[in-house]
Amino acid sequence: MGVEGIGARVTRKEDKRFVTGKGKYVDDVRVHGMTYAHFVRSPHAHAKVKGIDISEAMKKTGVVAVLTGKEIVEDKIGNLICGWMIHSKDGSPMKMGAWPAMAPETVRFVGQAVAVVIGETRNQARDGADAVIVDYEELPAAASIKAAIAPGAPQLHPEAPGNVVYDWAIGDEKATSDAFAKAAHKVSFELTNNRLVPNAMEPRAAIAEYDEAEEHFTLHTTSQNPHVARLVLSAFYGVAQEHKLRVIAPDVGGGFGSKIFIYPEEMVALWASKKVNRPVKWTSDRTEAFLTDAHGRDHVSKAEMAFDANHKMLGLRVKTHANFGAYMSLFSSSVPTYLYATLLSGQYNIPAIYAEVMGVYTNTTPVDAYRGAGRPEASYLLERLIETAARQFKIDPAELRRKNFITSFPHQTPVIMAYDTGDFNASLDAALKEIDYAGFPARKAKAKSEGKLRGIGLSCYIEACGIAPSKAVGSLGAGVGLWESAEVRVNPVGTIEILTGSHSHGQGHETTFAQVVADRLGISINQVSIVHGDTDKVQFGMGTYGSRSGAVGISAIVKAMEKMEAKAKKIAAHHLEASEQDIVIENGEFKVTGTDKAMALANVALSAYTAHNLPDGMEPGLKESAFYDPSNFTFPAGSYICEVEVDAGTGKTTFINFVAADDFGRLINPMIVEGQVHGGIAQGIGQALLEGAVYDDSGQLVTASYMDYAMPRADDLPSFKLQHTTTLCPGNPLGIKGCGEAGAIGSSAAVINAITDAIGNNKLEMPATPDRVWHAIQARA
Amino acid sequence: MYETTYHRPSSVDEAAALSARDAEAKYLAGGHTLIPVMKQRLASPTAVIDIGRIPALIGVEVSGDMLTIKAATTYFDIMNSADVKKSIPAIAHLTSVLGDPQVRARGTIGGSIANNDPAADFPAAVLALGATVKTNKRSIAANDFFKGLFTTALNDGELITAISFPVPAKAGYSKMRHPASRFALTGVFVAQMKNGDVRVAATGASQNGVMRVPGIETALKANWSASALENVKISPNGLIADIHGSAEYRANLIKVMAQRALG
Repeated sequence: MGVEGIGARVTRKEDKRFVTGKGKYVDDVRVHGMTYAHFVRSPHAHAKVKGIDISEAMKKTGVVAVLTGKEIVEDKIGNLICGWMIHSKDGSPMKMGAWPAMAPETVRFVGQAVAVVIGETRNQARDGADAVIVDYEELPAAASIKAAIAPGAPQLHPEAPGNVVYDWAIGDEKATSDAFAKAAHKVSFELTNNRLVPNAMEPRAAIAEYDEAEEHFTLHTTSQNPHVARLVLSAFYGVAQEHKLRVIAPDVGGGFGSKIFIYPEEMVALWASKKVNRPVKWTSDRTEAFLTDAHGRDHVSKAEMAFDANHKMLGLRVKTHANFGAYMSLFSSSVPTYLYATLLSGQYNIPAIYAEVMGVYTNTTPVDAYRGAGRPEASYLLERLIETAARQFKIDPAELRRKNFITSFPHQTPVIMAYDTGDFNASLDAALKEIDYAGFPARKAKAKSEGKLRGIGLSCYIEACGIAPSKAVGSLGAGVGLWESAEVRVNPVGTIEILTGSHSHGQGHETTFAQVVADRLGISINQVSIVHGDTDKVQFGMGTYGSRSGAVGISAIVKAMEKMEAKAKKIAAHHLEASEQDIVIENGEFKVTGTDKAMALANVALSAYTAHNLPDGMEPGLKESAFYDPSNFTFPAGSYICEVEVDAGTGKTTFINFVAADDFGRLINPMIVEGQVHGGIAQGIGQALLEGAVYDDSGQLVTASYMDYAMPRADDLPSFKLQHTTTLCPGNPLGIKGCGEAGAIGSSAAVINAITDAIGNNKLEMPATPDRVWHAIQARA
Repeated sequence: MYETTYHRPSSVDEAAALSARDAEAKYLAGGHTLIPVMKQRLASPTAVIDIGRIPALIGVEVSGDMLTIKAATTYFDIMNSADVKKSIPAIAHLTSVLGDPQVRARGTIGGSIANNDPAADFPAAVLALGATVKTNKRSIAANDFFKGLFTTALNDGELITAISFPVPAKAGYSKMRHPASRFALTGVFVAQMKNGDVRVAATGASQNGVMRVPGIETALKANWSASALENVKISPNGLIADIHGSAEYRANLIKVMAQRALG
């Protein structure tokens, strides 16, 4: 692998600028003549906008303009889109209400923008916004799934009667009913998957510039996928033409999915920059982030599983209600359907599955993909159900899982997914060994003798990553292809630039992508630069989410490298008077195999650009590009085991041990992979113990700041013990499966299973706050 | 934040004079409460009078059986004070579980009790120890000082200068931290005074702010031990109920924290 090649623990190239404060984020961008935007937001969860009086605001010092939804409509700016069509059971397309960037008539969640004030300074824009008088007529709100589907509930959108966006199903209903009819044992369970606020460290921001002479826009924005942003802003919103819009996503401080979407604020900043013919900057504050960044999760589900007399699974039936909030965000429709229900087979051989999902509008912030997106919900449901079954059957939860593991591949599940490879016993074995599972009963007994409640919990997850084969997702309703692009530019002196459509916002691509190139050519990663995040530099790309940058983004790079290497070999063979089949690449040189004849990469590159002596008919230059479209999803999987102690007096959970054994296929940089797993587990533990967005009945977000929304901190978390077991993904050149979301997907069920084991009461919802755990202990007693 | 005027007086008299001139001015100590609400535009004082650097307001003194902590002394300095550790180590412990290093570096004891946040730690120590709050006008007994949520006996412009704590025979503080804010979800300070009196105060629990807990005081006076509290019942009536803890949970915490405060 070499010291910097594939598999090496190389420290991150990008960290020098991050740890020395030299990163360049959107809010660091300052341009001449810049103005500032401040949004006027609804304090009501549901209200008619009867009128907006901007006269006082316009008199305020430094106010440049006040723009409202009326102008958005007049300028024929498009409504926000949802890019994945889902059809209900009855074949009807999902029922969506319009989402204008600024509400001209009706507001449907607290924080929805109704107007924007452009000011000379940030404070002056805010002064102006404070002076805008909005005449609201309050309407009754439906702030939860339960409230929204109740008879006589307030209606959010006339297009969606009963607030139902879709009533969708997957699997074979009859086969599943038959399985339950012949079952020897049945287990059923109801649970909530709590709503989360993404809380990227860097809040969203935009700075939009309009060049009147060129009729050209430039938008710096906090995006995980700048090309998608450009496409949506031009093709759907009509703010600018695609070839007249440059979108730059520079250093971005975390996304977790929340920066996939193209939000009203970024669009309004772009539109306003032309209206006022000045650059417009908007930076979200933390309260705005709580109120307007797309939230995650928020399911209420009922699940039942049928087993035969030998505890082999026969069938799974799931009914889920998913809360979409007030509007359908960009990928929201796909999250509780194709990213959720297709994973309900987990690691298990389940002959029949039937899952119904009802998507519901509520007067809350829109909900969309958040780290794991649907897969954590599936994993949590399934792994709690199996743990419940093991307790009901009084058999070892590891053994119940093992008995039902899929052991031969490929495996077609009853819910679309075809698992290509895996070894679920290997990861379970590794985790059981690391945590000393066999020694647990003795540890529990010892803890009990000291008056302490100790528990252990398992979670064996699988996820579908490497999103995604374009034809497959197209057939399921996706509005885009999910391939990735790459371009390899070898400069005349042999340094290399890799242009990628992936986007790094914490993942360390500048290091790992360079390692792949360094590994292939036998050069230093310092000879390789990774260029990303600018639509003027990279031709097109689909961005980073769904653990796709390794499996899809790197595969595109490999494909482009292969093309470049083939040409370079021809050049070297020509100079070395050898056959190109005999050329091998080692240590930065093109060598004739079995001889000492060699030509350095730099000389090959120089030759390509001087073009003085190239093979007949060869074009000059050494630059190749590729588009890579995966043939299947990838299926990272693993076993997480958590051991906890619960303080019976306070209900507080303390971690004794946390083990994660993952199969991610090929690891490019194990250190970075471990960092991804650590962060993912932190978010999974956050969901399990601490985090939860809470609305009151009127639709006010109770947890709108860090005083009430508990983010995990270092001292809330144990030291994680990580193991890797490896089966290479057969679907891509390096065998990569992806690692970005696993921690968030696998960990929460392990934590709750451990707590419920410790306290002897299985009825416990997330976040398992000390208050809830204490009450569960009392309920048991 | 709206524009404001910043003053940095060098004496208590100068601070009081600045305050007397401007009814809309606010004293600023550590700033942990005032600055956030100013940033949110929920407070817009015409002037802030920074009392955090007045030498006469900073420091710790022990005299006989009395520990005096001056009002603008930071939590960090209290936590590390040899006098505090020696005379009332429970107060040093309280500051060590108060906030985080950044909070402890800025926050002051005077700011904490003047604000009287119902989940702040220091009001529990002041009330349990029967401390005396000294102002630029008078001395106020702890029993008379705390008047409910964010309300105290202080008059407009009156400035706390020091808090004097009688050194107890025994004392302890135990706190269940709020999962998000790390304030006290419930914190209990127990004290056995040298005359045999037992005083117990709970913070974070009551809808009316810091409170004495007579049931626990009686039990501990009879028997200063955790087991003495096993059968004590704390009523959830009047206790805070929110997403982080029901009233019943807080009632339980009052007892459990009192037991753990005994050490």
